[in-house]
Amino acid sequence: MITLERVTKIYPGSKVPAVDNVELQVPEGEICVLIGSSGCGKTTLMRMMNRLIPITSGTIRIGDKDITGMDVIELRRSIGYAIQQIGLFPHMTVLDNIATVPKLLGWDKPRIERRVDELLELVNLDPGVFRSRFPRELSGGQAQRIGVARAMAADPPVMLMDEPFGAIDPINREVLQDEFLKIQAKLKKTIVFVTHDIHEAVKMGEKIALLDAGRLIQYGTPEDLLTRPKNRFVKDFVGADRALKRLDLLKVKDAMRVNPVHCFDNDPGEKVLEQMIENDLNYLLVTDRESKLKGYVNLVDLRGHNGEVGDVVHPMRITVTTDRNLKEALSKMLTYDIGIVVAVDEDGRLAGVLNTRTLFSVVGETYDERGGRWGKIPANGSIL
Amino acid sequence: MKSDHSSTSGGRFWMIIGLLVAFSAGAYFQSLGFFEFAADNPDEIWDLLLQHIRLVLISSAISISLGVPMGILLTRGFMRRYREWILNLLGICQTVPSLAVIAIAMTYIGIGPKTAIFALVIYGLLPIIRNSVAGLAGIDPVIIDAGRGMGMTPAQLLFRVELPNAMYIILTGIRTSTVINVGTAAMSFLVGGGGLGDLIFTGIAMVDPGIMLAGAVPTATLAIVMNWAFGRLEKSIISPGLVYSSN
Repeated sequence: MITLERVTKIYPGSKVPAVDNVELQVPEGEICVLIGSSGCGKTTLMRMMNRLIPITSGTIRIGDKDITGMDVIELRRSIGYAIQQIGLFPHMTVLDNIATVPKLLGWDKPRIERRVDELLELVNLDPGVFRSRFPRELSGGQAQRIGVARAMAADPPVMLMDEPFGAIDPINREVLQDEFLKIQAKLKKTIVFVTHDIHEAVKMGEKIALLDAGRLIQYGTPEDLLTRPKNRFVKDFVGADRALKRLDLLKVKDAMRVNPVHCFDNDPGEKVLEQMIENDLNYLLVTDRESKLKGYVNLVDLRGHNGEVGDVVHPMRITVTTDRNLKEALSKMLTYDIGIVVAVDEDGRLAGVLNTRTLFSVVGETYDERGGRWGKIPANGSIL
Repeated sequence: MKSDHSSTSGGRFWMIIGLLVAFSAGAYFQSLGFFEFAADNPDEIWDLLLQHIRLVLISSAISISLGVPMGILLTRGFMRRYREWILNLLGICQTVPSLAVIAIAMTYIGIGPKTAIFALVIYGLLPIIRNSVAGLAGIDPVIIDAGRGMGMTPAQLLFRVELPNAMYIILTGIRTSTVINVGTAAMSFLVGGGGLGDLIFTGIAMVDPGIMLAGAVPTATLAIVMNWAFGRLEKSIISPGLVYSSN
């Protein structure tokens, strides 16, 4: 856990504090995103945590130790450090770069080599190929991966990351963010993550700290910032499309209708047809007995069919998995012009369906400009 | 593969040109009496050459061991304010001709190899200091920040990150200084420092191209060999990860 108490930084010769009385707590094993426009003090605040910038007043504690009392070299070696421009040492191979902190800590050679290979695999790079490369032989995305691997080399419980994915193209950035979240889910580091990109903040952060002119404006979960912005500034910062940003935040499984109507592929066709007509269904999802999604059937196929439903099933080409976010699901629905999409789990088992109505109701649930839930206002908008 | 082939055939071409030049130079020197003198006095030339090499090695070694640390010092935080000032001062000193430096040194220290070495050290210092400063100050501040952030001590940062990255430019300064030094060392004869200048200046005074060349040719050869040796040294010292070193 990282605890900041009344942390202030005033640069010499300046009257205005760069960081002003910041008070916050980063819980163990969570990612805390510091966000704000440039010059808001987010990077200064982060760099005070490993004392690259001296603190003017206030205390920062990591665990229960006040960092001002610690040996600065020891402190920094116990904190992972990754920056936007990566800062790989150009004269060292990837192996030596990743091994920087382990070497400083005096690990023996076999242990270092094992650790480097392990880390390269963790960041999805083949150790055999990359171990002996030099930084100039790496692409931007590869270099970023190495930068993150280097920060994690000595397995520090705390990591500071200053826009670690800032310098790469949007597509690769998404990939790296996803990979990093997967790694973090396993390793559970306490991470302070600086960014100016609200999308990244919402995606990466379990907590978001919004800063402006050195002051902490709002600190809370992404959900808090998007749905309960404290003031005008937060509202403007998260943007007028903050309802849309919740699409990033929510997963398909949060919005889907679970256990949708379906039949099994070895059900008799005639009976299913009967039921469909009775319940006024035009089509019906089909799974096998292990609830694996097979596809769908419609009325026309079943009319006059005497065998099992499985014989006439249409495969379902467009599905979403339950752990994807709603933005992807909505984008799929818009791309293929469908009002409903079927959600499956990783093994292809039917999990639920997502339609525009459930999607909108979930996104709009806790957030409404007019102060209430959509349903309470009469259709013409007048209250009386 | 293709470029390898073309470079060896290019090398062969220049080898042939070089041999032709050497042959015609030899024929020309022959006509001036160079080989006669050299054949008659091999021991004298050899002794003077060794003296010359000693002058160069001692003065360069001192220049390097003073210049590199001074360059390092000038790039440390507390000295950064004075850096421009000191570099400008050294630049002005460098405009003083080498002969004048030797003359001034002589008025204080007297004559002998010591004076020569003192003057050579002073004269060889600037390229080394200037390049050390340029090399160290030119390092991307991001990698220094990364090193500091990961918990390197200032000394570790200097030896593991800063010097290896600045080494190419520092070595270029040392190379320039040493090669110039080989030429300037010829002047040390004027203050009784010995070296191949002995033959060069005697040859000029006696209007005997044979004697003059007996000093000039080994001097020039020494400069070329030094330059080549430093080229080899660069290749073996500088990390292949630094792009400008890989030719």
